[in-house]
Amino acid sequence: MSFKDIYSKYKDMELDKILREISKTRVEMALDKEYPDENDYLALLSPAAESYLEPMARKAHELTVRNFGRAIVLYTPLYLSDYCSNKCIYCGFRADNSFDRKKLTYEEVEKEGKAISKTDIRHILILTGESEKHTDLEYLKNCVKILKKYFSSITVEIYPMTTEGYKELVTEGVDGLTIYQETYDEDIYHKVHLKGPKRDYDFRLDAPERGLEAGIRRINIGALFGLSPWRKEAFFTGLHAWYLQNKYTEAEVYISFPRLRPFKGEDLDYIHRVTDKNMVQMMLASRLFLPRVGLNLSTREAPELRENLLPLGVTRMSAGSVTAVGGYSGEDSGVEQFEVADHRSVDEIKSLLLKHRYQPVLKDWEMLS
Amino acid sequence: MDTFKIGGKELKSRLIVGTGKYPRKSMISEVIKSSGTEVITLALRRVDINSEDENILNYIDDSCVLMPNTSGATTADEAVKIARIAKAAGCGDWVKIEVIKDNKFLLPDNYETLKASETLVKEGFKVFPYVTPELAVAKELENVGVEAVMPLGAPIGTNKGLETRELIKILISEINLPIIVDAGIGRPSQAAEAMELGCEAVMVNTAIATSQDPPLMADAFGRGVEAGRKAFLAKNPQVKDKAEASSPLTGFLSED
Ligand code: SF4
Repeated sequence: MSFKDIYSKYKDMELDKILREISKTRVEMALDKEYPDENDYLALLSPAAESYLEPMARKAHELTVRNFGRAIVLYTPLYLSDYCSNKCIYCGFRADNSFDRKKLTYEEVEKEGKAISKTDIRHILILTGESEKHTDLEYLKNCVKILKKYFSSITVEIYPMTTEGYKELVTEGVDGLTIYQETYDEDIYHKVHLKGPKRDYDFRLDAPERGLEAGIRRINIGALFGLSPWRKEAFFTGLHAWYLQNKYTEAEVYISFPRLRPFKGEDLDYIHRVTDKNMVQMMLASRLFLPRVGLNLSTREAPELRENLLPLGVTRMSAGSVTAVGGYSGEDSGVEQFEVADHRSVDEIKSLLLKHRYQPVLKDWEMLS
Repeated sequence: MDTFKIGGKELKSRLIVGTGKYPRKSMISEVIKSSGTEVITLALRRVDINSEDENILNYIDDSCVLMPNTSGATTADEAVKIARIAKAAGCGDWVKIEVIKDNKFLLPDNYETLKASETLVKEGFKVFPYVTPELAVAKELENVGVEAVMPLGAPIGTNKGLETRELIKILISEINLPIIVDAGIGRPSQAAEAMELGCEAVMVNTAIATSQDPPLMADAFGRGVEAGRKAFLAKNPQVKDKAEASSPLTGFLSED
């Protein structure tokens, strides 16, 4: 059974109606359970659960501290290239936007890696626009080889690959894979992904699984919240994480909740704004449903909100984010993929965490090869 | 005096403390001081010997024995690799084997743990395997030559206490090695209970690290463990569960 089978089972159910009809008593029942199931999760995402955010938050906090401690793992993203062969309506890197594209040379990768590692961060996330032509497997493998000298954990956020491709990356030392489905709603998926290989919904949906088959240890999934109604989107994201965790029990599964940032054309009718309150509810519901799944907090959120979200279940966050290619060593800054709301440096994030009695973890993995 | 002989050392404290989950790294040194612990576990995956500020070893007193663990290992091979890296990094030759394939409940894989233990004992490590309390595996581990068996009291981080009490009692009675309860102990009173049963030591992390005042809680655990040990000694270590009733029930029978 693949995740598509689970997805299909729920897709045709009238989730909107089910969510609307969930009673407060049902929410209380879900809140009381030690091992909630997917129906409880749905209840926690319902409109009725909005009256229970405080008790949900208390339980979420308690579960997080017990499972992960007062510790948050930090990583820094590094953009390798902004070439892309897709047309996603919400992204500045889309193929039809004309600007001077840039791809780091190996010397630049070395320089950026060195600059980032000076902050003592040992986890790096390398990202590219999704262009297999400009950032092929060879290029990625060579970048990993270079970065391995400076980092103990390397995660990739790149175009979806075959199991074989992922295996080659794992052999080089990649241990994490981040891939967002963007939206689980197939119709909307096709409406926002206008052109390019990304239009293949199924190939992307199964990418986390191919990665895990290939030996990836840490998988991070998520939806781009705002493209479709969030309750359903959060439901499918949680189901996906749950499916992966049950099938690949040794993997560390993470969820991110990136929200759509402003972009041209956002008045389109499939844009569904997600409020801070909505965001809180989905984080809490996910934590209660999946106590051992990591929650990744994105730099897209404003500093103050990031601080308030900390105790609600966050276990990992980025620090020192620059979303333009070549942004760390201070040369040749390219175009930014999206607007980053939190520009604080690693040191600032560290002291912020300490202030809130959280230990910043700069190293949480040891490469074994 | 009642000393704790283990892994070729003689220790005063029977509390082993973990280093994860604290609100800041530097708190470890306060916890060590207030609890009196002499053995510290640490996850090798989190040790960064190349960083001044981040290197956790800088916060651990030199007089403490380090017990690096293999957290992150999902197979025996990985555990063996991690143990070797730890030794090469200067963490000594004690190693706590943790092989966990199940990230949902964090329950140990006894089979892989046994395999890793066998290899590492042969390489000269002092091996402390973390296991689900299971007599057959504990006996095998004893044959292999580990230093102690570390059964879980309850799943890691649950703070539920000695949920596996009956199985741990069996290990204490059947295994000729120190039994050290590891994981699940949420309160000093539960630590005391484990010691009263006859465990040789208790390992605590979550309950100390995530409390409001870790150094104070560490102190409480140190005392809980000590109280439990004294109670055990006072009862007489020879007398186990089947303690005799105070006045004999068959006293009415005459000699002949
Ligand atoms: S979201 Fe990714 S795939 Fe889409 S245009 Fe941007 S970089 Fe390319």
